[in-house]
Amino acid sequence: MDGFISTFVWPAAIILGQSLLLVTALLIFIAYILYADRKIWAAVQLRRGPNVVGPWGLFQSFADLLKFVFKEPVIPSGANKGVFLIAPLLAVTLALSAWAVIPLDAGWVIADINVGILFVMAISSLEVYAIIMGGWASNSKYPFLGALRSAAQMVSYEVSIGFVIVAVLLCVGSLNLTDIVMAQASGVGTRIGLPGSLLDWHWFALFPLFIIFFISALAETNRPPFDLPEAESELVAGFMVEYGSTPYMMFMLGEYAAIVLMCALTTILFLGGWLPPLDVWFLNWVPGIIWFVLKACMVFFMFAMVKAFVPRYRYDQLMRLGWKVFLPISLGMLVIVAFVVKLTETAA
Amino acid sequence: MGLQALFFYLFAFVAVASAFMVIAARNPVHSVLFLILTFFNAAGLFLLTGAEFLAMILLVVYIGAVAVLFLFVVMMLDVDFAEMKAGALEYAPIGALIGIILVVELIVVLAGNSFHPAAAGTGASLIPPVTERTNTAALGDVLYTDFIFYFQIAGLVLLVAMIGAIVLTLRHRENIKRQDISRQVARTPETAVKVVKVKPGQGI
Repeated sequence: MDGFISTFVWPAAIILGQSLLLVTALLIFIAYILYADRKIWAAVQLRRGPNVVGPWGLFQSFADLLKFVFKEPVIPSGANKGVFLIAPLLAVTLALSAWAVIPLDAGWVIADINVGILFVMAISSLEVYAIIMGGWASNSKYPFLGALRSAAQMVSYEVSIGFVIVAVLLCVGSLNLTDIVMAQASGVGTRIGLPGSLLDWHWFALFPLFIIFFISALAETNRPPFDLPEAESELVAGFMVEYGSTPYMMFMLGEYAAIVLMCALTTILFLGGWLPPLDVWFLNWVPGIIWFVLKACMVFFMFAMVKAFVPRYRYDQLMRLGWKVFLPISLGMLVIVAFVVKLTETAA
Repeated sequence: MGLQALFFYLFAFVAVASAFMVIAARNPVHSVLFLILTFFNAAGLFLLTGAEFLAMILLVVYIGAVAVLFLFVVMMLDVDFAEMKAGALEYAPIGALIGIILVVELIVVLAGNSFHPAAAGTGASLIPPVTERTNTAALGDVLYTDFIFYFQIAGLVLLVAMIGAIVLTLRHRENIKRQDISRQVARTPETAVKVVKVKPGQGI
């Protein structure tokens, strides 16, 4: 019995505690990311944004949460009930589960698996099902069109995201997310004799891929200017038309969790994760998690700014960008990166 | 290893049950969704055997891309699946035969036999221990270093198939307005605007 507790119950309790801590922190972070999104959007349009609930409107997201939860969920009579309700659940569960492998600091990760980056890709490729299922189960025209658009869009941009990730992996030589961050401790900057700095991170060496990844991440998370699945001028609200109250909130939560995940992934792949921007003592003294959160917030700020001032793409332009521009460029860059890695390896 | 056995039975049970539901479900979209659940549990089984790379590739490729296309086709096509299912019993013997063949093959392999003397005993030796070599590196060595020629040939076959599909379906339609972005970007006031002096009372 003693062995049973020490081998099964205790580790399970620890993992459960870690997961709860991470999910709680993440949900609170997402609440403020939502608030920041609205505030930034408002500032660009010279509005004030949410400013009533709490000081400076800081509790707006929590007020919204309560409002959603206390509303009556309406299920259309023609809807496929089971699938209709599973879809939003799937959206939230998947978006949160990918966080299990994201390292927030050296060793601060729940599951430090060898194929971490593949796990994140697998989960983000599953997220399309929440949208398709929601759109199909609503049994209505606009949601269905939105679902179809979204599926085609996410599958298309996953291809270029995949190639960008492969190029990063070529530079690192490992699929483990912690290894990817640690590989950025030395790079272009240290090679030309500078001390460790932000020039070592992948964004500098792989700048075109960084841009492609950022734009593809916008498309992958259905953010403006690629929010065609819910284009309100054409499709009312796309796949979410028939949803209200808690199921709708879960879709929104899943969407923002996926966005924050993409910000974290950009941080890990290109911005050096928890590494400080300069290798000096007072910056090293700052805990890694603070750097990580700062960088993720910076990426999110760019996400929010893009939403605020780029008009929505037309659907054929979106497809053209994905297949005819990003795919050839990322494929070409992949070949170049492979050559450079091989040459520098043989030189060293 | 009790926990591993528990998860094995969980994944295996859900996989078998959802595979059964694929053929039992009345709604074709539900069938595809159950198929996806089957894939997902198969990925779980792969993970339990230590084949983490295969598990993730199964998720990315089969669930993330192939099954999405399945779902697309099934949702878009207006096929009367009830009618199609009516004849399903006629094909049951063929399905059963294939099932029996697979079971026999599994029994042969599990009993330690092999179909070819040269292949005897290779099953275990090819797999390096997980502590020495990660899945990804081992598979990469096999695919891209040891058997690169066969890999390239397979890729070429797929390329030919793809070109064939495109050739078969490509239609050049006349009089379609296409957007040429480089031409749009290259437009200047000089090329786009023509200033005409219109004399009063004469028109152009």
